[in-house]
Amino acid sequence: MQKPPITKSEPDETGHWSQFGGRYVPETLVAPLDELTNEFLRAREDPNFWGELNQLLRDYCGRPTPLFHARRLTADAGGAQIHLKREDLLHTGAHKINNAVGQALLARRMGKRRVIAETGAGQHGVATATVCALFGLRCIIYMGAEDVRRQALNVFRMRLLGAEVITVNSGTRILKDAINEALRDWVTNVYDTYYLLGSALGPHPYPLMVREFQSVIGREAREEILSATGKLPRALIACVGGGSNAIGLFHPFIADEGVRLIGVEAAGRGDSLGQHAARFHTETGSGGGQVGVLQGTMSYVLQDANGQIATSHSISAGLDYSAVGPEHAFLHDSERAEYARASDAEALEGFQLCAKLEGIIPALETSHAILPAIRVARELSQHDSIIVNLSGRGDKDVQLIADLQSK
Amino acid sequence: MSRMRDTLIEPKGSGRGGFIPFITAGDPDLATTELLLVELAAAGADIIELGVPFSDPVADGEVIQRASERALRKGVTLGDTLKCISNVKKHIDLPIVLFSYLNPLLKFGRERLADEAERVGIDAVLITDLTVEEAGPWVRAFHDRAIDMIFLVAPTTSDERLTHITQQASGFIYAVSRAGVTGAQNEMPADAESLVRRVRAVSDLPVAVGFGISTPEQVRQVWRFADGAVIGSALVSQIEKLSSSPHLVARVGEFARSLVARNGTL
Repeated sequence: MQKPPITKSEPDETGHWSQFGGRYVPETLVAPLDELTNEFLRAREDPNFWGELNQLLRDYCGRPTPLFHARRLTADAGGAQIHLKREDLLHTGAHKINNAVGQALLARRMGKRRVIAETGAGQHGVATATVCALFGLRCIIYMGAEDVRRQALNVFRMRLLGAEVITVNSGTRILKDAINEALRDWVTNVYDTYYLLGSALGPHPYPLMVREFQSVIGREAREEILSATGKLPRALIACVGGGSNAIGLFHPFIADEGVRLIGVEAAGRGDSLGQHAARFHTETGSGGGQVGVLQGTMSYVLQDANGQIATSHSISAGLDYSAVGPEHAFLHDSERAEYARASDAEALEGFQLCAKLEGIIPALETSHAILPAIRVARELSQHDSIIVNLSGRGDKDVQLIADLQSK
Repeated sequence: MSRMRDTLIEPKGSGRGGFIPFITAGDPDLATTELLLVELAAAGADIIELGVPFSDPVADGEVIQRASERALRKGVTLGDTLKCISNVKKHIDLPIVLFSYLNPLLKFGRERLADEAERVGIDAVLITDLTVEEAGPWVRAFHDRAIDMIFLVAPTTSDERLTHITQQASGFIYAVSRAGVTGAQNEMPADAESLVRRVRAVSDLPVAVGFGISTPEQVRQVWRFADGAVIGSALVSQIEKLSSSPHLVARVGEFARSLVARNGTL
């Protein structure tokens, strides 16, 4: 059945994109979430807020980021012109800082002096520690023990920035478990604490708010591609963990029907449940996600037959998550966006290609988008263009790659 | 009229209020859970809350998290929990609250669960992470089968919201004693009493207080201003300590009796 094309993607007042999103939390958190929603909606209408945010994004973070024409990757693919949106060039090395600065300004407006955050790959933790240093806020970062191990460099960076990093040993000891601990901290210290959630997931207003702070990526990219090529791209490609870099790039293009929106999930090392983080890989027997509720929001969730949340696997800590942001679930079901997959091995291949052909070492998360982008480019003509969100740089992953290569 | 509600408001004498123990289904195993439910009834429980184990219990402290982990390692499911209640209901005639996070129930299916809950004789359902805004279809499904829907209220809940929640709720109101996760603490915060007062201002439903109640003194303190005291982590902690003891059930029963004993000593 053909679905009508989606020209906008806005949640209702209580944060629902059709059935997805909403607010599924312990009662104690409803009041602080209401307070946060109100402050965010006020700030969104306040020119002074945007003035200060835009100035920080420019002078502190290094925006706008360039759109780089990747000629050697383009030649290698042999199709559409590949452009890279260089979020890796931002201060702290990934798109995460866009959201961290925006929310830190909100925390300050709300008079909260203690900031908590979860982190997977450590990029959001580093971004949060950075803005807390900048604003003189106390910073506590929750990180799963498995991620502490595989992203040791970022743990050290966070501590250098003055943050306290708490290793989470419960559950599967990855991003999901770090979010659980951050939620438990927030429910306990609700009066003085700001929870600076790092992706477009969790209870309302986070999916909307994080998207708004990340949409600067797509707004810039749209202007840049139009000025470089005089027309819109044929496709946008971005990796999807929780989905903040992807939704940030996609959202300003939602109404541009001719632009394909392609998210790339982590296919990990196999098709069965527990071996991947491909929430939208829903064919029977694939071990993919089903509609459920995790950590405050309704979305596609990796789970077993009894509704217990399944473990995920990805070589990249930042994509290693059992659920996905609710707006992506909406874009998936409405068929406005497509979701492809890249395995651990394909991510490593993308990593090498980008490094050797363009002199850019991408984050392992970002690397998942490279091979799917090449495949999309091949289907198009050289007069077309596509944009890949180069969401983060890969310095943090160099040690892990070195260890893999020495095995 | 709800049986749950009647149980809590009927006078019990000597300053005694309702005693509402919580345990996790399948901790340490399903057979023991059945024995524990019967023992807790004998020990004076007025209502029992039975928790469905869940992989990601964000509202719970470490003690109940570990109980969930123990049960899940044994493969305990919502279906097992329902069967456990069905078995126990043959031996005890006590209201039982099914206590769960939403996702296992969602996966089981709302209408299917409501049918099963009615069949096995569940008296009420409490879903920890289901806010009143999202609860509409669940409230209808359970009310259609005369099953109460219990809601949590917290010290952070506004008066306006309390009104909204109490209108949707039936059976009793579960007042969370403080901002935080479940788990024992030394003192009963002043928040709890003022929250109960605020609930009473907008609702006739009985009010039970939970989170952090672990001693006979705290139970008695709660009974002075509320209709019932929920004791979870303190009991679960006993179960954890005694999990390899042949006397687990009897000892947990003794502990439960000590919590509600008239003289208030252990």
